[in-house]
Order: sequence, then C-alpha cells, then structure tokens
Amino acid sequence: MSKVEGIDESSSFQFMLGNHAVAEGAVAAGCRFFAGYPITPASEISERMSEKLPDVEGRFIQMEDELGSIYAVIGASLAGVKSMTATASAGYNYMQEGIGYAVATETPIVVVDVMRLRGAEQATHADIMQTRWGASGDHEMIVLAPSSVQELFDYTIEAFNLAERYRNPVVVLSEMTLSLMRERIRIPDRGEIETVDRKIPAVPPEEFLPFEAGEDGVPPMAVLGSGYRVLYTFNPHDERGMITGDLDIYDELYRRITCKIRRALDDIVKYQTFFMDDADIAVVAYGSEARSALEAVRRARDKGIKAALLKLVTVWPFHDALMKTVAEQVERIVVPEMNLGRYVEAVERASCGLAEVTSLPLNKGRVHSSDEILGGIKRGA
Amino acid sequence: MPHPNLKYLRKGVLPHMFCPGCSCGQILNSYIYAIDELGLDMDRLVTIGGVGCMSRAPAYLNTDAIHGIHGRNLPFATGVKLANPDLTVVVLMGDGGCAAIGGNHLIQAARRNLDVTVIVDNNGSFAMTGGQVSPMTPLGSTTTTTASGNFERPFDICKLVEAAGGTYISRWTTAHIVQLTNSIKKGIMHRGFSFIEVVGQCPTQFGRYVLKLRDPVENLNWLRENSLTIDEAEDLSEEEVGGRIVVGDFVERELPTLEDGYIGLEGKIGAVR
Repeated sequence: MSKVEGIDESSSFQFMLGNHAVAEGAVAAGCRFFAGYPITPASEISERMSEKLPDVEGRFIQMEDELGSIYAVIGASLAGVKSMTATASAGYNYMQEGIGYAVATETPIVVVDVMRLRGAEQATHADIMQTRWGASGDHEMIVLAPSSVQELFDYTIEAFNLAERYRNPVVVLSEMTLSLMRERIRIPDRGEIETVDRKIPAVPPEEFLPFEAGEDGVPPMAVLGSGYRVLYTFNPHDERGMITGDLDIYDELYRRITCKIRRALDDIVKYQTFFMDDADIAVVAYGSEARSALEAVRRARDKGIKAALLKLVTVWPFHDALMKTVAEQVERIVVPEMNLGRYVEAVERASCGLAEVTSLPLNKGRVHSSDEILGGIKRGA
Repeated sequence: MPHPNLKYLRKGVLPHMFCPGCSCGQILNSYIYAIDELGLDMDRLVTIGGVGCMSRAPAYLNTDAIHGIHGRNLPFATGVKLANPDLTVVVLMGDGGCAAIGGNHLIQAARRNLDVTVIVDNNGSFAMTGGQVSPMTPLGSTTTTTASGNFERPFDICKLVEAAGGTYISRWTTAHIVQLTNSIKKGIMHRGFSFIEVVGQCPTQFGRYVLKLRDPVENLNWLRENSLTIDEAEDLSEEEVGGRIVVGDFVERELPTLEDGYIGLEGKIGAVR
C-alpha cells in the first residue's frame, strides 16, 4: 500500500485507488466473504479482496460468472458472514434476479456496481435507474453514490451497516472515473469505525417466527446451522417462512419489506447541502458530478448568484420530502448527470411544480466541467 | 401412530405439491432414510434447492433450507460451505436446473471438488413447466417442444461430472431405492463433490407423453426393465447397452476439496467468524 510522501508512517493517511478504497472499507466494515467475476473497471476490488481476506480469516472466491457470484454471496450471508460482490454495468445486469432473491429473503448483502458506458470503458450515470428498478418484483433499494475515494471507503462501510440494519441488499454505485482515480484518504482508527450487525433471535427455536418483525419492520435473523431450521424462499411466504398461496399474506409481506426502508428515510438518506440558506437556485447532483457542481456553485456565488448544492450520497430510496423542501425554497433546480437525463425525472416529480427543474445531461463518457454546470446555473438566472 | 420419519418434515407442511406417483417424493424419502440411518444432526444440515419439482423438496424438510433460484443451487451451496465448512450441505435439483440453466455451475463445482452432495432427479424433461425437452431427454422423445421427436443427443451427466472432477459419482433409478439410499449415505460421508443421478418417473409428463404410461407403477416397472448394473454392462458394447440406463457407483476417489485450498491460506479450516 502506497503512502503519501512526507506523511509520517504511523499516520492513517494513504494515497489510494478508488477500487482499493472499496475493498479496504469492506474489510473495515467486517466483510469476510467476497465472490466476484473479473470485469473492467471493477477488477481491482476483487484483486484487493483476494489479498486482504486471508489476513482476516475471511474467504475469497472467483466464481464462474456474475450469477455464481451473487448467489455465493447470498449463501455466505445466510451462513452469518458479511459478504460482498463487485461488478460493472454489464455484469450488474446478470445480478438482478439475485438482488430480487436477497430482497425476498431479506438477506443483507453489498453489491458494488462500477458504472461504465455500454460497450466502452468510459464514465457514465446511465444505469442510475437500473439500480432502483433492475430486479423484477416489488422492492425498495438502498443505493449509495460516493463522489470521491474517501467517500468510497466511508460509504462502503455505511453500505454494510445499512444492509445489516435493514436486511436488504445495498448497492455502492461507483463510476469508472472514481474507481480508477487515486486520492489521498484518511483511514480512521479501528475504534472510530462504527459497525452494525444484524439482529439475532431473542427466543429459542420453538418460539421463533423467522419473518415476524417488530415496529421497525426488520425481523431478527438466525444463522444457518444454529438450530433454528429456517426456510429461505423466493416464493410468497408467511411469518414462519412457509410458502403460501395466500395473496393477502404476499401483499402484507411486500408492504413490510418496502416500508421498512420507506419509513427510515431519515436514517438511510445521506446528503450534504452547501450554501442552501439564502439560495434561489439549487444544483442537485450525485457521484462525481457533485464535485464539478460544488465548484460551479462556488463560482456562481463569486458572481453574486445565490446558488446552492444539494449533494445526494443516498440516491435511492428517494427522499421526496427533502426535495420538496428545496423546491419550496428555490426558483430553479439544475440536475447535471452523465446520461441523457434520468435522475432528473425523480427530482421533477418530487418538486411538485414548485420550482423549475432544468436537466443538464451529458452522455459523452466524461464528467461535466464546472464551466458547463455554471452555464446551466446562469441560464435564466 | 405417526410415521417415525415425519419428524424430518417441517410441521404443517403437508400436503406437498408433488403429483401422485412422482419420483420426487421417493427421492426425498430416500434422503430422509439416509439422514436417519446416518444419525445426522438436523441442526447442522443445510438442504439447498432452487426452482423445479425436485428443487422444491428442501421446503418440506425440517432442516435449514434454501429454496433458491432456478439452476443456481450450487453457487448458493458454495457460499454456505465456504462461510461455514463445518455444515453438511445437500443439494437437490432436477435435470433442467443441473444440466441446462445451471450446467456451468455444475461443472465448476465438480472441478473445485466442493464438499457437498448433489442429488439430481432426472425425469427427462422440464416437468413443472409442462414437459418441455431438457438436455437429458432421450433421443426421439416427443415432448411439448419437440413435437416431431427430440433430435439433440442427451448428456451422460455422470460422465460429464467425472470429467469435470467430481469425486463420488453414482446413478440409480427410483426402482432402486435401497441402493439409492446407500449411495446418498456414501455421498454425504464422502469428503468432496458427490453426485448422484436418479432417473425418476414422471407420470404427469415424461411417462404420459413419451412412454405412454400414466400409471406410476408401470413407469417404475419400465425403469427396472430398462436399466442394468454397471457389472452387467461391463462386457457389453455401447450398441448392446442401447438406450438402457446403466446404474451403480461409477467413481470413488479422494482428491483435495475446495475447502482444503483455504487451509493453505489460513493454516486450518472452520467457520468464518
């Protein structure tokens, strides 16, 4: 691991590749099983996990494909081990049914999707909607979109914590740009890192209903081999886990599975605001676009334009109330994205017509320059 | 008095979904006898299925069970076994799941010599979906997707698994239940990839449309009459064996397992903490 010159060896600052920061974050979060299949630009995550896991008595396996990877990860998580896989857009396609299985069986897993252009190794946000709706069947995804190498580290840890707390698959949505970027990051001391473990049964096996949840909608989870003899199934199942043809039970099951996420938006949705207090124009951005956007907003401020940035780290679930608050305050919202304008649809819907929403699409394999975003801010300002 | 083996089924799970006379029930029963005769700890046994008739069977067993995704039974098993090699893992699937959609997983798991036992009900078709042709359907069979007869040669799945690296391989039919139970016991006790193919009757699809036999007993008689042991087949040419089913233990060998590979990395092998 390389160290930044001039920094004391004992310090925890490192100069690190984005993909390596994901792997380091995963291990720090307690990930002890990784299964993956090579794909550019995500392969360095596998490579680093294969090096790191044996040192912490974890296990790495390179599977025969992405399907093999996601189901191995689900199997390992059911056996009680925090587990992750990593892939890039094309490979993420193959994992959709597995993500649906993890939703249905409420298995905590972390999936890293390093977005790349279809058929080309360039930066993109084109898969932003897929991460929300890719799997068939009802679900509510948790998707975190970091914007720096530091955030890749920090939010990979957060991804594990959210997966364990809510028993739901969590996606770390990386990008070509970030994955192969090197930046100086701070690795916190062990004691500074908060990790969350799934709830375990509080009652003996004969009293345990594996899919009975309390107030938070999240049932405790028994580890395979611990005597609870749980059936995990994709099919509609009741609180005992038994397959049922009763569609009222099915309806209730998916209301709980989606509501456990919807009701916890304030815990799950991570965001930052910059210069929002007196703003009359807001940029809403995620991932690497948030970096250009912040610079554009600062430059707009220098020119006397009351611009602000709402930087979303959690891109799904979408916090409608948060967006509405912003829309109530400002006259215009600008949404720069590295695609043909996808996320802007969610922003527009939640803005309820309270602010004019401007899409700033760019689908050329690169991040917007701050000039381009500033242009979008100035238009009509 | 309730049947003594009812304790191996989940409470309240009956009636099951199998058709009358289905081979899945016999194979499940044979597996239960193997568990009983070996005295396995049901708390440390994980049964993994997927989607399909045989793949549904884990839902009935009173063990930890994964009723998984069509054909992905073995990747689930790989994750479970690597996370906790101390668990006994048995995988149940059909010919569609194992030879069609999950074919690559099968050969890779065999190559790795993953320490699990795979029991495959080969009923010669995709039965749950209406009797379509599978990679194990015999030549010439008329199915719902081969109206003029199947012209694709079927797999010899046992030979495939042997070439891929499986270390205990046997084949029986549901007309050989005692032998089958013994093979399941051997497979579970064998350290490495154990693969047991069971040619089983499907009176609803294959039996009814290909063999023109709707009665389960007639189907079983057909299996008995059309199979021969590995010893009986030894001196016969391929032509003389014809379309008959060769049964017996084909392979029993000791090779390092996938799990053994991690001992080299960690110095030991146990559950991941």
